[in-house]
Amino acid sequence: MTEYVVRFIAGGVIVSAFAILGDMLRPKSFAGLLGAAPSVALATLAIAIVQHGTAYAAAESWTMIYGAIALACYSVVVCHLLMRLRLTALPATILAFSAWLVVAFALLASFGGAA
Amino acid sequence: MLVKMSPSALKRTRWYEYGIRFVLGGLATMLAGVMGARFGAAIGGLFLALPAIFCASATLIESHERRAKEKAGFNGRRRGQEAAALDAAGAALGSIGLVAFAAVFYVTVSVSSAAAFAAAILAWVVVSVSAWWSTRKFRTVSHHLSPAASPRSAHRRSVP
Repeated sequence: MTEYVVRFIAGGVIVSAFAILGDMLRPKSFAGLLGAAPSVALATLAIAIVQHGTAYAAAESWTMIYGAIALACYSVVVCHLLMRLRLTALPATILAFSAWLVVAFALLASFGGAA
Repeated sequence: MLVKMSPSALKRTRWYEYGIRFVLGGLATMLAGVMGARFGAAIGGLFLALPAIFCASATLIESHERRAKEKAGFNGRRRGQEAAALDAAGAALGSIGLVAFAAVFYVTVSVSSAAAFAAAILAWVVVSVSAWWSTRKFRTVSHHLSPAASPRSAHRRSVP
């Protein structure tokens, strides 16, 4: 239980820090870079190293590459849903999540985890 | 436009909007841990790049821009969508940096954990900013070469 409380607080603090930095930056497209900040990864990989060692963290970071590629696809889909279909942000970001899931798991199924 | 930092922009964000992002960030990190513990490192790793707070961020950006436009007496719906789309375009470029972060971490973590984090963050910053800069330069050159480009392009509008 303590582990999950630590995860929650660490993740919340790091994500909030990147979000505040993103709020302050202009232009918007530059601030958007922080939408793909490694906030969840920093907290999770640090805990993974302490709990399971560097090999486990390396294995997680390998498949994180697939997750990041899926995030790029997700962002492009959100952009198109907003600009072409003229959806508002909430439905666009929720609908596009299916794209993230499909791409991430397709890459994992195709290329597998770390050797 | 040069990159600027404007602390006064924080005044537009309400306290509960920070709370939402804190909670979503915390939940996303917990979820990544749960997925790793239940299904192994391979599945857990995917969730390190989960777009968990993106929906909150995009919605907040959209509502801020819409409010600002409506305050001036205009319909801000389209402006809000464009601002959220620009944020998403930036996130797509940031994702390239996130790939670099993960790859550099994978290669260096066996040498030194602290150095792996430092090198990975540096890789994320350098690759993300380079991708953003290159796209911006390419777009500027394209517009100079084709002055008759579509006037409805979101890139040509003046969302700050």
